[in-house]
Amino acid sequence: MDLILEGLLKAFHLIVSLDAEVLGITWLSLKVSGSATLISVVIGISCGMLVALNRFPGKKLLVSVVNTGMGLPPVVVGLFVTVFLWRNGPFGFLDILYTPSAMILAQAIIATPIVMGISIAALQNLPAKLRFQILSLGATRLQMVGILIREARLPLMAAVMAGFGGVISEVGASIMVGGNIMGYSRVLTTATVMETGRGNFDVAFALSIILLLLVFLVNYIFTLIQQRERPR
Amino acid sequence: MKFFRNLPVFCAAVLLALAAFGVSPASAATKSIILATTTSTQDSGLLDVLIPTFEKDTGYMVKTISVGSGQAMKMGEKGEADVLLVHSPDAEKKFVAEGFGINRRLVMHNDFIIVGPAADPAKIKAEKSSKEALKKIAAANALFLSRGDNSGTNALEKKLWKATGLTVEGQKWYQQTGLGMGETLNIAAEKKGYTITDRGTYLALKKTLGLDILVEGDASLLNIYHVIEVNPAKWPKVNSAGAKAFADFVVSRKAQAIIKTFGIKKFGSPLFFPDAGKKE
Repeated sequence: MDLILEGLLKAFHLIVSLDAEVLGITWLSLKVSGSATLISVVIGISCGMLVALNRFPGKKLLVSVVNTGMGLPPVVVGLFVTVFLWRNGPFGFLDILYTPSAMILAQAIIATPIVMGISIAALQNLPAKLRFQILSLGATRLQMVGILIREARLPLMAAVMAGFGGVISEVGASIMVGGNIMGYSRVLTTATVMETGRGNFDVAFALSIILLLLVFLVNYIFTLIQQRERPR
Repeated sequence: MKFFRNLPVFCAAVLLALAAFGVSPASAATKSIILATTTSTQDSGLLDVLIPTFEKDTGYMVKTISVGSGQAMKMGEKGEADVLLVHSPDAEKKFVAEGFGINRRLVMHNDFIIVGPAADPAKIKAEKSSKEALKKIAAANALFLSRGDNSGTNALEKKLWKATGLTVEGQKWYQQTGLGMGETLNIAAEKKGYTITDRGTYLALKKTLGLDILVEGDASLLNIYHVIEVNPAKWPKVNSAGAKAFADFVVSRKAQAIIKTFGIKKFGSPLFFPDAGKKE
Protein backbone atom coordinates (compact mmCIF):
# COMPACT_ATOMS: atom_id res chain seq x y z
CA MET A 1 0.00 0.00 0.00
CA ASP A 2 2.81 2.37 0.94
CA LEU A 3 4.24 1.98 -2.51
CA ILE A 4 1.01 2.93 -4.25
CA LEU A 5 0.66 6.02 -2.10
CA GLU A 6 4.32 6.91 -2.55
CA GLY A 7 4.00 6.40 -6.28
CA LEU A 8 0.93 8.62 -6.50
CA LEU A 9 2.65 11.31 -4.47
CA LYS A 10 5.78 11.02 -6.56
CA ALA A 11 3.77 11.25 -9.78
CA PHE A 12 1.96 14.31 -8.48
CA HIS A 13 5.25 15.84 -7.42
CA LEU A 14 6.94 15.10 -10.77
CA ILE A 15 4.06 16.60 -12.71
CA VAL A 16 3.58 19.67 -10.55
CA SER A 17 7.30 20.45 -10.31
CA LEU A 18 7.60 20.06 -14.10
CA ASP A 19 10.64 17.83 -13.68
CA ALA A 20 12.70 18.50 -16.80
CA GLU A 21 13.80 14.89 -17.31
CA VAL A 22 10.32 13.45 -16.91
CA LEU A 23 8.86 16.11 -19.18
CA GLY A 24 11.46 15.26 -21.80
CA ILE A 25 10.72 11.55 -21.53
CA THR A 26 6.97 12.15 -21.76
CA TRP A 27 7.36 14.45 -24.73
CA LEU A 28 9.56 11.91 -26.51
CA SER A 29 7.02 9.14 -25.87
CA LEU A 30 4.34 11.29 -27.44
CA LYS A 31 6.56 12.34 -30.33
CA VAL A 32 7.75 8.83 -31.18
CA SER A 33 4.43 7.06 -30.78
CA GLY A 34 2.56 9.97 -32.38
CA SER A 35 4.79 9.90 -35.47
CA ALA A 36 4.58 6.12 -35.66
CA THR A 37 0.79 6.25 -35.42
CA LEU A 38 0.62 8.94 -38.09
CA ILE A 39 2.72 6.85 -40.45
CA SER A 40 0.69 3.74 -39.71
CA VAL A 41 -2.57 5.62 -40.26
CA VAL A 42 -1.45 6.93 -43.62
CA ILE A 43 -0.21 3.54 -44.79
CA GLY A 44 -2.80 1.46 -42.92
CA ILE A 45 -5.90 3.31 -44.03
CA SER A 46 -4.77 3.78 -47.62
CA CYS A 47 -3.66 0.18 -48.06
CA GLY A 48 -6.75 -0.93 -46.14
CA MET A 49 -8.85 1.06 -48.61
CA LEU A 50 -7.09 -0.59 -51.57
CA VAL A 51 -7.72 -4.04 -50.16
CA ALA A 52 -11.29 -3.41 -49.04
CA LEU A 53 -12.48 -1.84 -52.29
CA ASN A 54 -10.85 -4.18 -54.76
CA ARG A 55 -11.41 -7.77 -55.59
CA PHE A 56 -8.33 -9.77 -56.44
CA PRO A 57 -7.06 -13.33 -56.06
CA GLY A 58 -5.47 -14.02 -52.70
CA LYS A 59 -7.43 -11.29 -50.96
CA LYS A 60 -8.52 -13.54 -48.11
CA LEU A 61 -4.96 -14.72 -47.62
CA LEU A 62 -3.69 -11.12 -47.55
CA VAL A 63 -6.34 -10.09 -45.04
CA SER A 64 -5.42 -13.05 -42.83
CA VAL A 65 -1.78 -12.02 -42.98
CA VAL A 66 -2.70 -8.47 -41.99
CA ASN A 67 -4.91 -9.74 -39.17
CA THR A 68 -2.06 -11.92 -37.95
CA GLY A 69 0.13 -8.82 -38.01
CA MET A 70 -2.24 -7.24 -35.51
CA GLY A 71 -0.72 -9.59 -32.97
CA LEU A 72 2.88 -8.95 -34.02
CA PRO A 73 4.97 -9.18 -30.84
CA PRO A 74 6.96 -5.96 -30.31
CA VAL A 75 10.12 -7.85 -29.30
CA VAL A 76 10.06 -9.74 -32.57
CA VAL A 77 9.79 -6.47 -34.47
CA GLY A 78 12.52 -5.03 -32.27
CA LEU A 79 14.85 -7.91 -32.98
CA PHE A 80 14.30 -7.77 -36.74
CA VAL A 81 14.66 -4.01 -36.93
CA THR A 82 17.83 -4.16 -34.81
CA VAL A 83 19.43 -6.81 -37.00
CA PHE A 84 18.51 -4.91 -40.17
CA LEU A 85 19.79 -1.60 -38.82
CA TRP A 86 23.09 -2.91 -37.46
CA ARG A 87 26.11 -1.06 -38.79
CA ASN A 88 27.09 -4.17 -40.65
CA GLY A 89 23.52 -5.10 -41.48
CA PRO A 90 21.67 -4.45 -44.75
CA PHE A 91 20.47 -0.98 -43.71
CA GLY A 92 23.51 -0.05 -41.64
CA PHE A 93 24.27 2.88 -43.94
CA LEU A 94 21.21 4.70 -42.55
CA ASP A 95 23.01 4.88 -39.23
CA ILE A 96 19.80 5.20 -37.22
CA LEU A 97 20.06 2.32 -34.74
CA TYR A 98 19.68 3.57 -31.15
CA THR A 99 17.93 6.75 -32.27
CA PRO A 100 14.32 7.93 -31.94
CA SER A 101 13.97 7.47 -35.72
CA ALA A 102 14.60 3.74 -35.31
CA MET A 103 11.96 3.65 -32.59
CA ILE A 104 9.46 5.37 -34.88
CA LEU A 105 10.25 2.84 -37.59
CA ALA A 106 9.77 -0.14 -35.28
CA GLN A 107 6.57 1.26 -33.79
CA ALA A 108 5.18 2.07 -37.23
CA ILE A 109 5.76 -1.55 -38.19
CA ILE A 110 3.85 -2.65 -35.08
CA ALA A 111 0.96 -0.22 -35.57
CA THR A 112 0.43 -0.49 -39.33
CA PRO A 113 -1.18 -3.96 -39.37
CA ILE A 114 -3.41 -2.96 -36.45
CA VAL A 115 -4.66 0.15 -38.25
CA MET A 116 -4.89 -1.65 -41.57
CA GLY A 117 -6.73 -4.69 -40.21
CA ILE A 118 -9.40 -2.63 -38.47
CA SER A 119 -9.65 -0.30 -41.49
CA ILE A 120 -10.34 -3.19 -43.82
CA ALA A 121 -13.11 -4.41 -41.54
CA ALA A 122 -14.48 -0.90 -41.16
CA LEU A 123 -14.58 -0.19 -44.89
CA GLN A 124 -15.95 -3.59 -45.83
CA ASN A 125 -18.75 -2.96 -43.39
CA LEU A 126 -20.01 -0.05 -45.47
CA PRO A 127 -22.88 -0.91 -47.81
CA ALA A 128 -21.35 -2.25 -51.00
CA LYS A 129 -23.59 -0.15 -53.22
CA LEU A 130 -22.62 3.08 -51.46
CA ARG A 131 -19.58 3.77 -53.59
CA PHE A 132 -21.41 3.14 -56.86
CA GLN A 133 -24.05 5.58 -55.69
CA ILE A 134 -21.41 8.17 -54.84
CA LEU A 135 -19.68 7.69 -58.19
CA SER A 136 -22.93 7.85 -60.12
CA LEU A 137 -23.69 11.20 -58.49
CA GLY A 138 -20.59 12.48 -60.27
CA ALA A 139 -17.93 12.31 -57.57
CA THR A 140 -14.32 11.67 -58.56
CA ARG A 141 -12.57 8.59 -57.17
CA LEU A 142 -10.68 10.77 -54.69
CA GLN A 143 -13.89 12.42 -53.49
CA MET A 144 -15.42 8.99 -53.11
CA VAL A 145 -12.53 7.88 -50.91
CA GLY A 146 -13.04 11.00 -48.80
CA ILE A 147 -16.74 10.29 -48.36
CA LEU A 148 -16.12 6.63 -47.50
CA ILE A 149 -13.60 7.65 -44.84
CA ARG A 150 -16.12 10.07 -43.40
CA GLU A 151 -18.82 7.39 -43.42
CA ALA A 152 -16.58 4.92 -41.62
CA ARG A 153 -15.27 7.55 -39.24
CA LEU A 154 -16.24 5.78 -36.01
CA PRO A 155 -14.46 2.47 -36.64
CA LEU A 156 -11.55 4.22 -38.41
CA MET A 157 -10.92 6.38 -35.35
CA ALA A 158 -11.06 3.18 -33.31
CA ALA A 159 -8.32 1.88 -35.62
CA VAL A 160 -6.22 4.97 -34.92
CA MET A 161 -6.72 4.59 -31.17
CA ALA A 162 -5.85 0.91 -31.28
CA GLY A 163 -2.69 1.69 -33.25
CA PHE A 164 -1.63 4.42 -30.88
CA GLY A 165 -2.44 2.28 -27.86
CA GLY A 166 -0.37 -0.54 -29.30
CA VAL A 167 2.77 1.53 -29.67
CA ILE A 168 2.67 3.95 -26.74
CA SER A 169 2.47 0.95 -24.41
CA GLU A 170 5.09 -1.29 -26.00
CA VAL A 171 8.52 -1.61 -24.48
CA GLY A 172 10.22 -4.56 -26.15
CA ALA A 173 10.98 -2.92 -29.48
CA SER A 174 11.71 0.52 -28.05
CA ILE A 175 14.34 -0.73 -25.66
CA MET A 176 16.02 -2.84 -28.34
CA VAL A 177 16.18 -0.33 -31.17
CA GLY A 178 16.27 2.82 -29.04
CA GLY A 179 18.64 1.63 -26.34
CA ASN A 180 16.95 3.59 -23.53
CA ILE A 181 19.60 6.31 -23.73
CA MET A 182 19.20 9.04 -21.15
CA GLY A 183 17.90 12.29 -22.57
CA TYR A 184 17.83 10.89 -26.08
CA SER A 185 15.84 7.73 -26.63
CA ARG A 186 14.36 7.07 -23.21
CA VAL A 187 10.57 6.93 -23.24
CA LEU A 188 8.05 6.35 -20.46
CA THR A 189 7.87 2.58 -20.89
CA THR A 190 11.62 1.97 -21.11
CA ALA A 191 12.23 4.33 -18.18
CA THR A 192 9.68 2.37 -16.14
CA VAL A 193 11.49 -0.89 -16.84
CA MET A 194 14.81 0.67 -15.89
CA GLU A 195 13.58 2.27 -12.68
CA THR A 196 12.00 -1.03 -11.68
CA GLY A 197 15.37 -2.70 -12.24
CA ARG A 198 16.97 -0.08 -10.05
CA GLY A 199 14.49 -0.76 -7.29
CA ASN A 200 13.06 2.76 -7.55
CA PHE A 201 9.51 1.49 -7.46
CA ASP A 202 8.07 4.85 -6.51
CA VAL A 203 9.56 6.50 -9.60
CA ALA A 204 8.49 3.55 -11.76
CA PHE A 205 4.99 3.83 -10.39
CA ALA A 206 4.95 7.57 -10.98
CA LEU A 207 6.07 7.10 -14.58
CA SER A 208 3.31 4.53 -15.12
CA ILE A 209 0.72 6.97 -13.84
CA ILE A 210 2.05 9.68 -16.14
CA LEU A 211 1.90 7.22 -19.04
CA LEU A 212 -1.71 6.36 -18.22
CA LEU A 213 -2.61 10.05 -18.02
CA LEU A 214 -0.94 10.68 -21.37
CA VAL A 215 -2.77 7.79 -23.03
CA PHE A 216 -6.03 8.97 -21.54
CA LEU A 217 -5.49 12.53 -22.74
CA VAL A 218 -4.66 11.47 -26.28
CA ASN A 219 -7.55 9.06 -26.46
CA TYR A 220 -9.88 11.69 -25.06
CA ILE A 221 -8.95 13.97 -27.95
CA PHE A 222 -9.34 11.12 -30.43
CA THR A 223 -12.72 10.28 -28.96
CA LEU A 224 -13.86 13.88 -29.24
CA ILE A 225 -13.01 13.78 -32.93
CA GLN A 226 -14.69 10.41 -33.29
CA GLN A 227 -17.91 11.36 -31.55
CA ARG A 228 -18.22 14.79 -33.16
CA GLU A 229 -21.68 15.52 -34.49
CA ARG A 230 -21.80 14.82 -38.16
CA PRO A 231 -22.00 18.07 -40.16
CA ARG A 232 -25.20 18.05 -42.17
CA MET B 1 -6.06 0.26 -59.86
CA LYS B 2 -6.44 4.00 -59.91
CA PHE B 3 -5.69 4.15 -56.24
CA PHE B 4 -2.04 3.56 -56.92
CA ARG B 5 -1.95 7.05 -58.32
CA ASN B 6 -2.31 8.27 -54.79
CA LEU B 7 0.74 6.43 -53.58
CA PRO B 8 3.17 9.34 -54.10
CA VAL B 9 0.82 11.49 -52.04
CA PHE B 10 0.94 8.97 -49.23
CA CYS B 11 4.71 8.74 -49.35
CA ALA B 12 4.97 12.52 -49.26
CA ALA B 13 2.67 12.57 -46.24
CA VAL B 14 4.87 10.07 -44.43
CA LEU B 15 7.96 12.16 -45.08
CA LEU B 16 6.13 15.30 -44.03
CA ALA B 17 5.04 13.60 -40.84
CA LEU B 18 8.64 12.75 -40.02
CA ALA B 19 9.80 16.24 -40.83
CA ALA B 20 6.98 17.84 -38.87
CA PHE B 21 7.95 15.96 -35.77
CA GLY B 22 11.51 17.09 -36.25
CA VAL B 23 13.07 13.69 -36.03
CA SER B 24 15.99 13.71 -38.37
CA PRO B 25 18.22 10.67 -38.67
CA ALA B 26 21.27 10.79 -36.43
CA SER B 27 22.96 13.99 -37.49
CA ALA B 28 26.20 13.84 -35.56
CA ALA B 29 26.95 10.25 -36.41
CA THR B 30 30.71 10.47 -36.19
CA LYS B 31 30.45 12.17 -32.83
CA SER B 32 28.47 9.38 -31.24
CA ILE B 33 29.90 6.30 -29.57
CA ILE B 34 28.14 3.08 -28.72
CA LEU B 35 29.12 1.89 -25.27
CA ALA B 36 28.06 -1.65 -24.50
CA THR B 37 28.18 -2.23 -20.80
CA THR B 38 26.84 -4.28 -17.96
CA THR B 39 23.60 -3.77 -16.15
CA SER B 40 25.48 -3.18 -12.89
CA THR B 41 27.09 0.07 -14.05
CA GLN B 42 23.70 1.30 -15.24
CA ASP B 43 21.54 0.05 -12.37
CA SER B 44 23.91 1.47 -9.77
CA GLY B 45 23.64 4.89 -11.41
CA LEU B 46 27.40 5.30 -11.95
CA LEU B 47 27.05 5.94 -15.67
CA ASP B 48 24.51 8.70 -15.07
CA VAL B 49 27.36 10.61 -13.44
CA LEU B 50 30.31 9.57 -15.60
CA ILE B 51 28.79 9.95 -19.04
CA PRO B 52 27.46 13.52 -18.82
CA THR B 53 30.93 14.57 -17.62
CA PHE B 54 32.58 12.85 -20.56
CA GLU B 55 30.07 14.28 -23.03
CA LYS B 56 30.60 17.79 -21.71
CA ASP B 57 34.40 17.48 -21.87
CA THR B 58 34.69 15.99 -25.32
CA GLY B 59 31.50 16.74 -27.24
CA TYR B 60 30.93 13.08 -28.03
CA MET B 61 27.50 11.62 -27.52
CA VAL B 62 27.51 8.27 -25.77
CA LYS B 63 24.84 5.73 -26.60
CA THR B 64 24.87 3.43 -23.63
CA ILE B 65 23.46 0.01 -24.29
CA SER B 66 23.22 -1.75 -20.97
CA VAL B 67 23.20 -5.52 -21.32
CA GLY B 68 25.06 -8.37 -19.68
CA SER B 69 28.82 -8.59 -20.19
CA GLY B 70 28.32 -11.62 -22.42
CA GLN B 71 25.98 -9.78 -24.76
CA ALA B 72 28.18 -6.68 -24.65
CA MET B 73 31.11 -8.71 -25.92
CA LYS B 74 28.93 -10.31 -28.59
CA MET B 75 28.08 -6.81 -29.80
CA GLY B 76 31.79 -6.03 -29.85
CA GLU B 77 32.52 -9.20 -31.81
CA LYS B 78 30.04 -8.08 -34.45
CA GLY B 79 31.42 -4.55 -34.54
CA GLU B 80 28.09 -3.20 -33.27
CA ALA B 81 29.68 -1.40 -30.34
CA ASP B 82 32.72 0.88 -30.13
CA VAL B 83 33.83 0.42 -26.57
CA LEU B 84 32.98 -1.99 -23.77
CA LEU B 85 32.93 -1.59 -20.00
CA VAL B 86 32.59 -5.11 -18.69
CA HIS B 87 33.37 -7.42 -15.79
CA SER B 88 33.90 -10.93 -17.02
CA PRO B 89 37.71 -11.35 -16.98
CA ASP B 90 37.98 -14.85 -18.48
CA ALA B 91 35.69 -13.99 -21.39
CA GLU B 92 37.43 -10.64 -21.84
CA LYS B 93 40.84 -12.26 -22.21
CA LYS B 94 39.43 -14.55 -24.85
CA PHE B 95 37.78 -11.60 -26.57
CA VAL B 96 41.09 -9.73 -26.79
CA ALA B 97 43.08 -12.84 -27.69
CA GLU B 98 40.77 -13.50 -30.63
CA GLY B 99 41.51 -10.02 -31.92
CA PHE B 100 38.09 -8.46 -31.32
CA GLY B 101 39.29 -5.99 -28.74
CA ILE B 102 42.35 -3.86 -28.07
CA ASN B 103 43.73 -1.84 -25.19
CA ARG B 104 42.03 -3.72 -22.37
CA ARG B 105 42.57 -1.60 -19.31
CA LEU B 106 41.73 -1.99 -15.64
CA VAL B 107 39.13 0.53 -14.45
CA MET B 108 37.76 -0.34 -11.03
CA HIS B 109 36.61 -3.12 -8.80
CA ASN B 110 34.19 -3.95 -6.11
CA ASP B 111 33.17 -7.38 -4.98
CA PHE B 112 30.46 -9.92 -5.35
CA ILE B 113 28.44 -10.95 -2.34
CA ILE B 114 26.05 -13.75 -1.64
CA VAL B 115 22.79 -12.34 -0.38
CA GLY B 116 19.69 -14.03 0.92
CA PRO B 117 16.77 -13.73 3.30
CA ALA B 118 17.51 -12.84 6.92
CA ALA B 119 16.05 -16.18 8.04
CA ASP B 120 18.91 -17.87 6.13
CA PRO B 121 17.40 -21.36 5.73
CA ALA B 122 20.68 -22.85 4.48
CA LYS B 123 22.65 -21.37 7.39
CA ILE B 124 25.42 -19.84 5.29
CA LYS B 125 25.89 -16.67 7.31
CA ALA B 126 29.46 -16.08 8.38
CA GLU B 127 30.65 -18.82 6.05
CA LYS B 128 34.09 -17.67 4.91
CA SER B 129 34.30 -19.62 1.69
CA SER B 130 31.84 -18.96 -1.09
CA LYS B 131 32.30 -22.54 -2.27
CA GLU B 132 31.19 -23.98 1.07
CA ALA B 133 28.27 -21.55 1.19
CA LEU B 134 27.02 -22.70 -2.21
CA LYS B 135 27.40 -26.33 -1.17
CA LYS B 136 25.22 -25.63 1.87
CA ILE B 137 22.58 -23.94 -0.27
CA ALA B 138 22.53 -26.97 -2.54
CA ALA B 139 22.41 -29.39 0.38
CA ALA B 140 19.47 -27.51 1.90
CA ASN B 141 17.69 -27.34 -1.47
CA ALA B 142 17.23 -23.64 -0.73
CA LEU B 143 15.99 -21.47 -3.56
CA PHE B 144 18.84 -19.89 -5.53
CA LEU B 145 18.22 -17.31 -8.24
CA SER B 146 20.71 -17.29 -11.10
CA ARG B 147 20.93 -14.51 -13.67
CA GLY B 148 21.18 -17.13 -16.41
CA ASP B 149 22.06 -14.47 -19.00
CA ASN B 150 25.81 -14.93 -19.63
CA SER B 151 26.48 -11.66 -17.85
CA GLY B 152 29.69 -11.14 -15.88
CA THR B 153 27.89 -12.01 -12.67
CA ASN B 154 26.44 -15.11 -14.24
CA ALA B 155 29.87 -16.16 -15.51
CA LEU B 156 31.33 -15.84 -12.03
CA GLU B 157 28.41 -17.69 -10.49
CA LYS B 158 28.83 -20.57 -12.92
CA LYS B 159 32.53 -20.68 -12.17
CA LEU B 160 31.81 -20.93 -8.45
CA TRP B 161 29.25 -23.69 -8.94
CA LYS B 162 31.75 -25.54 -11.11
CA ALA B 163 34.26 -25.37 -8.26
CA THR B 164 31.76 -27.11 -5.98
CA GLY B 165 31.54 -29.98 -8.45
CA LEU B 166 27.75 -30.00 -8.30
CA THR B 167 25.38 -29.94 -11.25
CA VAL B 168 22.76 -27.36 -10.51
CA GLU B 169 21.05 -26.76 -13.84
CA GLY B 170 17.67 -28.40 -13.86
CA GLN B 171 17.46 -28.62 -10.09
CA LYS B 172 14.14 -27.42 -8.75
CA TRP B 173 15.71 -25.03 -6.26
CA TYR B 174 17.99 -23.47 -8.90
CA GLN B 175 16.08 -20.94 -10.99
CA GLN B 176 17.30 -18.73 -13.81
CA THR B 177 15.71 -15.33 -14.20
CA GLY B 178 17.33 -14.31 -17.48
CA LEU B 179 17.10 -10.70 -16.27
CA GLY B 180 19.43 -7.94 -15.16
CA MET B 181 20.95 -7.71 -11.70
CA GLY B 182 18.42 -5.26 -10.30
CA GLU B 183 15.45 -7.33 -11.41
CA THR B 184 17.04 -10.56 -10.23
CA LEU B 185 17.60 -9.04 -6.79
CA ASN B 186 13.97 -7.97 -6.68
CA ILE B 187 12.87 -11.50 -7.51
CA ALA B 188 15.21 -13.00 -4.93
CA ALA B 189 13.78 -10.62 -2.33
CA GLU B 190 10.23 -11.44 -3.31
CA LYS B 191 10.75 -15.21 -3.34
CA LYS B 192 13.12 -15.20 -0.36
CA GLY B 193 15.89 -16.85 -2.30
CA TYR B 194 19.66 -16.58 -2.41
CA THR B 195 21.59 -14.94 -5.19
CA ILE B 196 25.03 -13.63 -6.07
CA THR B 197 25.25 -9.93 -6.82
CA ASP B 198 27.83 -7.24 -7.25
CA ARG B 199 27.96 -5.03 -4.19
CA GLY B 200 27.23 -1.85 -6.16
CA THR B 201 23.82 -2.92 -7.41
CA TYR B 202 22.97 -4.42 -4.02
CA LEU B 203 23.76 -1.19 -2.17
CA ALA B 204 21.83 0.85 -4.70
CA LEU B 205 18.75 -1.31 -4.21
CA LYS B 206 19.19 -2.20 -0.57
CA LYS B 207 16.44 0.03 0.78
CA THR B 208 13.67 -1.86 -0.98
CA LEU B 209 15.09 -5.37 -0.84
CA GLY B 210 15.11 -6.85 2.61
CA LEU B 211 17.98 -9.18 1.66
CA ASP B 212 21.04 -9.51 3.88
CA ILE B 213 24.69 -9.89 2.95
CA LEU B 214 25.52 -13.41 4.05
CA VAL B 215 28.90 -14.16 2.49
CA GLU B 216 31.55 -11.61 1.56
CA GLY B 217 35.28 -11.09 1.46
CA ASP B 218 36.28 -14.34 -0.24
CA ALA B 219 39.08 -13.75 -2.76
CA SER B 220 37.09 -15.61 -5.44
CA LEU B 221 34.37 -12.96 -5.13
CA LEU B 222 36.44 -10.11 -6.56
CA ASN B 223 34.59 -8.17 -9.26
CA ILE B 224 36.87 -6.39 -11.71
CA TYR B 225 35.82 -4.00 -14.46
CA HIS B 226 37.83 -3.40 -17.60
CA VAL B 227 37.38 -1.06 -20.51
CA ILE B 228 38.08 -2.55 -23.95
CA GLU B 229 38.12 -0.77 -27.29
CA VAL B 230 36.65 -2.74 -30.16
CA ASN B 231 39.32 -3.50 -32.73
CA PRO B 232 38.84 -1.16 -35.71
CA ALA B 233 41.08 -3.38 -37.84
CA LYS B 234 38.33 -5.98 -37.70
CA TRP B 235 35.40 -3.62 -38.15
CA PRO B 236 36.21 -0.45 -40.11
CA LYS B 237 32.89 1.16 -39.16
CA VAL B 238 33.87 1.28 -35.50
CA ASN B 239 34.36 4.79 -34.16
CA SER B 240 37.86 4.10 -32.88
CA ALA B 241 38.72 7.70 -32.04
CA GLY B 242 35.60 7.99 -29.93
CA ALA B 243 36.21 4.63 -28.32
CA LYS B 244 39.74 5.63 -27.39
CA ALA B 245 38.55 8.98 -26.04
CA PHE B 246 36.02 7.22 -23.82
CA ALA B 247 38.46 4.57 -22.62
CA ASP B 248 41.07 7.24 -21.87
CA PHE B 249 38.46 9.20 -19.97
CA VAL B 250 37.35 6.27 -17.83
CA VAL B 251 40.91 5.67 -16.63
CA SER B 252 41.68 9.40 -16.33
CA ARG B 253 42.25 10.99 -12.97
CA LYS B 254 39.00 12.93 -13.27
CA ALA B 255 36.80 9.89 -13.87
CA GLN B 256 38.65 7.85 -11.27
CA ALA B 257 37.95 10.56 -8.72
CA ILE B 258 34.24 10.42 -9.59
CA ILE B 259 34.27 6.62 -9.22
CA LYS B 260 36.03 6.90 -5.88
CA THR B 261 33.38 9.10 -4.30
CA PHE B 262 30.33 7.82 -6.16
CA GLY B 263 27.63 6.59 -3.83
CA ILE B 264 29.21 7.73 -0.56
CA LYS B 265 26.65 10.44 -0.03
CA LYS B 266 23.67 8.30 -0.93
CA PHE B 267 24.63 4.88 0.37
CA GLY B 268 27.17 5.65 3.07
CA SER B 269 29.97 3.76 1.35
CA PRO B 270 31.54 3.83 -2.09
CA LEU B 271 30.10 1.39 -4.64
CA PHE B 272 33.29 1.01 -6.69
CA PHE B 273 37.01 1.35 -6.02
CA PRO B 274 39.10 3.01 -8.76
CA ASP B 275 42.00 0.89 -10.01
CA ALA B 276 43.29 2.57 -13.16
CA GLY B 277 46.99 2.10 -13.70
CA LYS B 278 47.29 -0.57 -11.02
CA LYS B 279 48.63 -4.04 -11.67
CA GLU B 280 46.10 -6.85 -11.50
